[in-house]
Amino acid sequence: MKMLGSDAILRCLEAEGVDVAFGIPGGAILPTYDAIARGTTVRHVLARHEQGAGHMAEGYARASGKVGVAIATSGPGATNLVTAIADAWMDSTPLVCITGQVRSNLIGTDAFQEIDITGISMPIVKHSWLVQEVDELPGVMRAAFHVARTGRQGPVLVDIAKDVQEAAIDFAYPDDVDLPGWKPPTRVHRRQVAEAARAIAAAQRPVIYAGGGVLNGDACAELRALVEEADLPAVVTLMGKGALPDSHPLNYGHPGMHGSKYANWALNKADLIVAVGTRFDDRVTGKLSAFAPGAKVVHFDIDAAEVGKIRHAEIPVVGPLKLALAELTRAVRVAGRPAHDAWLKQVEEWRQQFPYRYSRAGSMLKPQTAIEAARDLAASRDEDVIWTTGVGQHQMWAMQYLECDKPRSFVTSGGLGTMGYGIPAAIGAKAARPDATVVCIDGDGCFQMTCQELATAALERLPIVVVLINNGWLGMVRQWQEMFYDERFSETHLTHQVPDYAQLAEAYGGAGFTVHDEDELEPALEAAFACGRTAVIDVHCDPEEKCFPMVPAGAASVDTLEAPEEAVA
Amino acid sequence: MSSHTLSVRLENKPGALARVSQLFSRRGYNIQSLAVGPTERADISRLTLRVDCSEHSLEQIEKQIHKLVNVLRVTELTHDNSVERELALVTVAVGPERRADLVSLALAAGARVADIGRDAITLEVVGRPEEIEALEELVRPFGVRELVRTGRVGVRRPSSTNQQPKGSNGRDRHVR
Repeated sequence: MKMLGSDAILRCLEAEGVDVAFGIPGGAILPTYDAIARGTTVRHVLARHEQGAGHMAEGYARASGKVGVAIATSGPGATNLVTAIADAWMDSTPLVCITGQVRSNLIGTDAFQEIDITGISMPIVKHSWLVQEVDELPGVMRAAFHVARTGRQGPVLVDIAKDVQEAAIDFAYPDDVDLPGWKPPTRVHRRQVAEAARAIAAAQRPVIYAGGGVLNGDACAELRALVEEADLPAVVTLMGKGALPDSHPLNYGHPGMHGSKYANWALNKADLIVAVGTRFDDRVTGKLSAFAPGAKVVHFDIDAAEVGKIRHAEIPVVGPLKLALAELTRAVRVAGRPAHDAWLKQVEEWRQQFPYRYSRAGSMLKPQTAIEAARDLAASRDEDVIWTTGVGQHQMWAMQYLECDKPRSFVTSGGLGTMGYGIPAAIGAKAARPDATVVCIDGDGCFQMTCQELATAALERLPIVVVLINNGWLGMVRQWQEMFYDERFSETHLTHQVPDYAQLAEAYGGAGFTVHDEDELEPALEAAFACGRTAVIDVHCDPEEKCFPMVPAGAASVDTLEAPEEAVA
Repeated sequence: MSSHTLSVRLENKPGALARVSQLFSRRGYNIQSLAVGPTERADISRLTLRVDCSEHSLEQIEKQIHKLVNVLRVTELTHDNSVERELALVTVAVGPERRADLVSLALAAGARVADIGRDAITLEVVGRPEEIEALEELVRPFGVRELVRTGRVGVRRPSSTNQQPKGSNGRDRHVR
């Protein structure tokens, strides 16, 4: 069919089943926005900053399991996407980023708003394309979606010259991709799986260590079946939260720097770690040479390069987790359960002995109290709740105190640790799941990095609830300054008062609430959840509350510090 | 740490070489030499890379290169299983009085004279990397003005029956 390149871009998105795209127009992408005006089934959500558009696309992808799409213009539009692309790269979030580029004849001349975005983004994309011939467009778009969603998921970038968008094309969407070098694994090695099952049967202190790959690999049901079949205790990383229900009796919570002591101990004192879709991140292992010294490692991953990268795997299994875990459960039925009753009893004792804890004493509200109140309110309501977070103390408390029983109900920035992720990710999640209540647990530092997107939420009718843990400080940095820099609080004080977050919410077309004490908390949360509009609950919290447990940087994760006794008395 | 030669077949596409080379700097590996050129197929290029790294790093490098969309195949070339050659051009400062000495020495060492000037001669030599180094040592006393090496290129010996090294996933590392 004859059409323009710009229309072809939209026909490609439609053919890929894209229902929402997030972006901002500008010079070099104008023809494509003109095509949007001509008509498409793709809903375009107009962000206020391209970074916001990128994180929205991420939130959309993480909440739905589909590929997120972000659109920006050349130059600054493209560079503003870079943080979101990097975030998606670190957390393996499938993203197709479409950027306009200056006309082909101007490429390389330092033209207005020209930037080499394929060059800039090269280390943080799975692949990228610069399209200078309109006939290549359909094949490139087909390949872009294919690469983003197959193998280990992640971001790709398609940079399209303006004249390509304006050129005529006889459009047909290809059925197949032509990528001779892209062959992610589609099967698993049966012998390796059988060996893994034998290792489980022979173990005395086995533990499953599950990560975000379980969600990406759509293997949550298979993970649960495995855990139950072999009666294996499991720890779940920040990125994996929700992959196994938090309320499942065999879920021993989150390991890592601010994870529970019992999860860290389960990992460190195990004799067999079955790692599933996870990458032995330094925030989980702590000091690597001291990590789980007595454990043999079975490592399941779709990405061969992750297996053995940080920790040697005695039994590597490369392939899709859904298949691999189903196969492993079958193999476990043959090989038998481990004789690990004493271990099960032990990890349960640790769980009883070292629960998350904090003190409610003091004149100011504790951040954990606010998060628990939001959790309890969410649990009392009928609809699904999807949580998003920024990065910092509030994120770690959200990990500790929220209860996520469903896959894709917890959306956070793990690998890159991108402050400001929470609000735009929530908007993207809402666009993906309009039926769900989407709640962003945010910090005051994070909030101010992307709060302009509240306008997007209000005007695009994508209402979100922001529970703002306002402690007036860049709290996690403050905590490190207090603990490791002799309380020199260098440039971390933001104040509780400026800006007035409730007024700001109203200025952006939402509802604003300010909470100073516990009595005000529940009514404000209830009103915010029920109002059907974007709402910000500014909860003034104790700036001195620190996030515990904690594994100090460089320490072994087995040496998890609990909150000091006087702090929880 | 030891030196390894990797042979990479990649699609002849814009940016393909940059994607491989940025991966090395990004992951902190140093490239000793890199040679790239066309192959028997116009749409495929061949890269020969020389890197100095541990066995563990080498496996990581190979796996990371494998993941690049334009890369078709990565093989490690070892001394036993491959033919490796390199070309060097050496300009040696030499006046008429010692010219004959240098030329006869160079010819004996398998080099050719590529150009003769009033006070210098450019020699060309093709050979195994050790042979290049031997020639370099040989002519150094005359005064080397400039030297340029292509970096090694290599192919597997058709006569080689060696098995490919196995990757940690239990499959041949070079098979995608």
